[in-house]
This record gives sequence, C-alpha cells and structure tokens, in this order.
Amino acid sequence: MALPQAKLDATEARISGLSRIPGGAWLDAAQGAALERVLAMGVPGRRDEYWRFTDPAALNAPEAPTAATMTVTDEAPIFDEIDRVKLVFVDGMFDAEASDDPRLAGVEIERLAEAGKTDIHWARDVYGMLEARGQSPVQRPFAALNTAFAQDGLLIRATGKAGRHVHLVYLHESESSDAILHHCIKVEEGAELTVLENGPGAARFNKVMEVEVANRATFNHIRAQGRDHERRAMTHIFARLGAESLFKSFTMTANGVLTRNEAVIEFTGDNASAHVAGAAMGDGDFHHDDTVFITHDAVNCESRQVYKKVLRNGATGVFQGKILVKAGAQKTDGYQMSQALLLDDDAQFLAKPELEIYADDVACSHGSTSGAIDEEALFYLRARGVPKAEATDMLTLSFLAEAIQEIGDETIRDEIHDRLEAWLARRRG
Amino acid sequence: MLEIKNLHVKLEEEDKAILKGVNLTVEAGKVHAIMGPNGSGKSTLSYVLSGKDGYEVTDGSATLLGEDLLSMDPEQRAAAGLFLAFQYPVEIPGVGNMTFLRTAVNAQRKARGEEEMSSADFLKLVRQKAKELEIDADMLKRPVNTGFSGGEKKRNEILQMAMLEPKMCILDETDSGLDVDAMKLVAQGVNALRDAGRGFLVITHYQRLLNHIQPDVVHIMSEGRIIKTGGPELALEVEENGYADLKAEVA
Repeated sequence: MALPQAKLDATEARISGLSRIPGGAWLDAAQGAALERVLAMGVPGRRDEYWRFTDPAALNAPEAPTAATMTVTDEAPIFDEIDRVKLVFVDGMFDAEASDDPRLAGVEIERLAEAGKTDIHWARDVYGMLEARGQSPVQRPFAALNTAFAQDGLLIRATGKAGRHVHLVYLHESESSDAILHHCIKVEEGAELTVLENGPGAARFNKVMEVEVANRATFNHIRAQGRDHERRAMTHIFARLGAESLFKSFTMTANGVLTRNEAVIEFTGDNASAHVAGAAMGDGDFHHDDTVFITHDAVNCESRQVYKKVLRNGATGVFQGKILVKAGAQKTDGYQMSQALLLDDDAQFLAKPELEIYADDVACSHGSTSGAIDEEALFYLRARGVPKAEATDMLTLSFLAEAIQEIGDETIRDEIHDRLEAWLARRRG
Repeated sequence: MLEIKNLHVKLEEEDKAILKGVNLTVEAGKVHAIMGPNGSGKSTLSYVLSGKDGYEVTDGSATLLGEDLLSMDPEQRAAAGLFLAFQYPVEIPGVGNMTFLRTAVNAQRKARGEEEMSSADFLKLVRQKAKELEIDADMLKRPVNTGFSGGEKKRNEILQMAMLEPKMCILDETDSGLDVDAMKLVAQGVNALRDAGRGFLVITHYQRLLNHIQPDVVHIMSEGRIIKTGGPELALEVEENGYADLKAEVA
C-alpha cells in the first residue's frame, strides 16, 4: 500500500538530514532493513489511531525543537548511593572521559559504532530484530527510524550475575541536540543484570532499548526521567522473554513537555514474568504517554502493568495498554492498572486499556480510573494536625505507592520515593 | 475547656438544619457522654467541632480554652489540642502508620512553636504506647489502617490520641464494630489518658461503652438539641427504656 504523498514527504523530510553509522555487514543489513520499514510505514501523524492522544509533530519535525537545559543542584545525582558503573552520554553521544571503566560491571559492554564494524556479532540477532517483531500488529515508525539512524548506543551482554548495576546517564548540554540512541542487551541463560537510566538528555531524544532475556535470566530496569522540562522524548523498550525469565521495568517521570515511553514485550518461553510500572507527575504543559503492548505467546506467563500519574494545572497523561493473549497461551495471568490523580479541573487523563484474548484458560484483569484527592482521607490527616498542603502530598505519594512498590530493590525504591516527595515539596513552595 | 453555645448547623449543600441550638460545656478533667438515637446530630457535632467540610454554622459559637474553634482550619484545631477519634478511621495505603504518626506529632509541635520530637524519643514513646494497646510492630509498619480489622482501627485511633496528647478528646461511636474484648482494650487506653487537664466527650449510641468509660455527665441528644442532662444513671435509664420515653417526657 503506497503512502499518501503528504506522509511520504514528511518522512523524507524527517530522514533527509540523518546519517548511518558505517558498519560491517550485519549492522549495514539491519540499518537497511529498518530504513525500508520506515519508508513503508511513514512517520506518524495525528490522524493515526495510535497517535490520537499524543501529537507527534515535534518528533517528526526535520529539526529538533530547541529545549532549555536545566540543572537542579539542590538534589544529589540520582542512584549515587548504588554500587554501579556509570556510563555517560552527553546529548546522545558516549563520553568515555566522564564515564567509569565499563569493564568494572563484569559484563560485556561495547559501543555500537565499534561492534558494528565487526563481521559477526551476537547483536546481529537482536539489533533491529526485536524492533522489527514489535512492528506488528501496531506500527512504531520512530523505532524503525532509530534502528536505521542510531548515532550511538551500547551492546551489553551478561553471561552471569553482573557484578555491578549498569547506569546509563544522559546529560543534556546543547539546546538543540537531536539524539538517536540504540542499545541492545542480552541477558544469557541464568544470568542477571540491572540497568539504571536517568535522562533523557537532549532537546529531542529518540531511544530504543532491545532486551533479549534468555531462559531463567533476570533483567531489571529502573529509569528516572526528569529535570529538563522542555525536551521531547520518544523511547521504546522491546523485550523478548525466554522460559522462566523475569523482566522488570520501572519508570519515574517528573517534568517533560513531551514524553512517550513504549514498552513492547513478548513472551516466547513458558513460566516467565514481566512487570512494567511507572509513576509520573507533571505540571502545566506536561504531556506524558505510556504505551504498552504485551504479547503472551507461551504458557503460564504472568504480566503486570501498573501505571500511575499525578497531573495538575492542565497537565496531560496518556495510557495505551494492551494485553494480547495468543491461542495456546493458556494459564496466562495478566494484570493491567492505569490510574490518574487529577489535582485540579484542568488536568486530563486519556486512557485506552485493551485486552485481546484467544486462549480460553486465562486470568486477565484491568482497570483504569481518574479521580481527585480523597476528601475523607484529607480531612483525616488534617484532623491529626497535618497541614493541608503536606497532607495532599502524603496522599499523592500514597496514590503512587502501588507503582513504586514494583521496584524490588529497597534502596532504589526509597530513593525514587524521596525524589517524588521532593518534587512535590518544591511545588508546595 | 470546651464551650459550645447555641450552636446551629445546617448542611452546606441543602437547606437542612442538623443542629438546632446545642449548649454544652466540658470542663477539664471531666468525661461527658452524649447519647442519642440515630440521626440526632451526634456525629455532626463531632465533625463541626473538628472542622470537616460540608457544614455551615448559622448561629452560635464553639471555643476551646477560650479560642474560637470555628474560625480555624482542622489542622489548627488539632494543634490547639482538639482530637477526634473517628467512627470510621480512613485507610491510607502507601503511608506507613509510623510515618503518619511522626508527621502528625511534629506538625502539631511545629504549629505550636515547639521543637520537633527526635526520632529516638519518638520511637521510644510510640513503642511504649503501642504496647499498652497491644499494637504490635507489624501494625505500626503497615500502611495507615489499611487492611486493619475494626478493632485494630479503633486501637490505632487511641494510639494516635495517646501520642498527640490532646487537651480535648472527642470519641465518635468508638464502640461501633467492637467486640467486648476490643472494647475493654480501647476503654483502658482512654482511661489511661484521663487526667485533671484533659476533657472528654464520648459520643455513643449504646450504654455499654459507658460501663468501661465512666462518664461524669451524660447528655441526651435528639433532633439537633440536648434534651436532657444528668449523671451516669441517665445512661442506664436510656438502656432500659429507650429514647422514645425521654423524647415524650421532654415534649
């Protein structure tokens, strides 16, 4: 099916200034195939069903919109207390000087540009492969564009339990940076890896993370997005899960005029678990979109989605979440919860929860709500002497608690909780 | 301590008078009980005194130690020394009971211009008070009232009261939903707090709580007014004859 001319033009305009990392055969082939996908799909427009709630214009524009950088100095850098290897990207490019020695993590870490030159590499079976699988039944053009034109990224492979967490730090220094980053992660059979991220760090940020979790492997992901409010970010996580594997991903978001985080997860082995969760809070022109697609194509797998948003002063929250249970994926246990706390009448929450089930022996539940602060609870706290503003914050954190609880590590959980609390306190004045 | 004069209250949303001229004085060191049938305005009185939204005071006054309660926010009333033990304590998932208690204690101290309680002092005090109320460490750690049984919720109210050391305590139907053992425990907690500087207003539908918390004065409330005041024997009279006789007598 040929694309409408306008869409074709927009797509060509979007990619005209982009260049590919010169690579060996495997990378070259992956980039080429991705470019074909981009040209076949075209960049999305507001009239595309999947983009009904989030305007992709700023992501489509040939030039990145400028975005002021912001440095908050009243808080220590996040995850500072965690034993981890810090790998720093500045405006989407790896900065070896600012980073720790990657070898300290006890896992293989290579830059895409270098590994891409090799003739043969494990990433050949991951790079662009999981992204391509995730293009059906719903198209994700920005992910294909990323595969074709990524400027940088890391290839990370864990073969045992990683000695340290891998912490990817994205700094934003240029007001007009346009970053395209692509990471591939492979957690081999029985191995265990935790990846921490904070950023996004660029005026426009397009990031793809493909994660292959082999049988009995564990992958943990905790991400903090915040600070530079004006940046536009589009991120994708594509995960393929083997038998008895565990995948967990949590995202905290505070601030951001445009953030869309997509998680596309596929169960291919039996008895595996995937938990994805998010806690987002925003003010004013904040726009945050969580789009999740989980495909159950194996027996006795469990998936859990818990997304909570706190919105005020006209902020917008979007949730599009789907659980697809294929025929034969018996004993599937699917849970999906998306909720928004609207702190005033101007805030809005747009939700599209979906279940599509072709197996007959499954348990799936989903719920989506939006509401205001519970007046009874507010009065209860005030009657105990807690001032109204502080009580409202306590109830806001209480609302987010179910999502924050999804973080397994107590130290990280407390830190995320404290960050959210501090964000609220700053707005209390 | 607590002085209520000619208090008239209607619902904010509709033209419905609930309290129609309540007069009541609770002295320091005394326990007053208010009894009355459902719908007589007992709970409304407790809510209006503690500052809940949804009510409009159309006439009269209420003061605590001479300060005008009705012009204060709920948190100011609490800091001034007023405490309401809720009939239905609210569940707050995600906020630890201990965190909540410490926030409340220190918020009140701050409002009064006092120094905040140190973590060590707080922990010591809360453990001691909790033990007296048979509240275990797990209950202190769990989110506020979340998943608590009826008895646990009421004991938790009394624990808050013990920690906050208010001057004037209002107990709203604290006996509802309690079995005899739980009621004894709650009553013990209340009795332990009785002292010369503290006043109590115990609101109850039934006389049985008053076997465990001996009142000095008993008031009967009906249709938004206090229709009769007497000693503890008045509660027994109600138990025996019901409210209908009293109402008839006053009418």
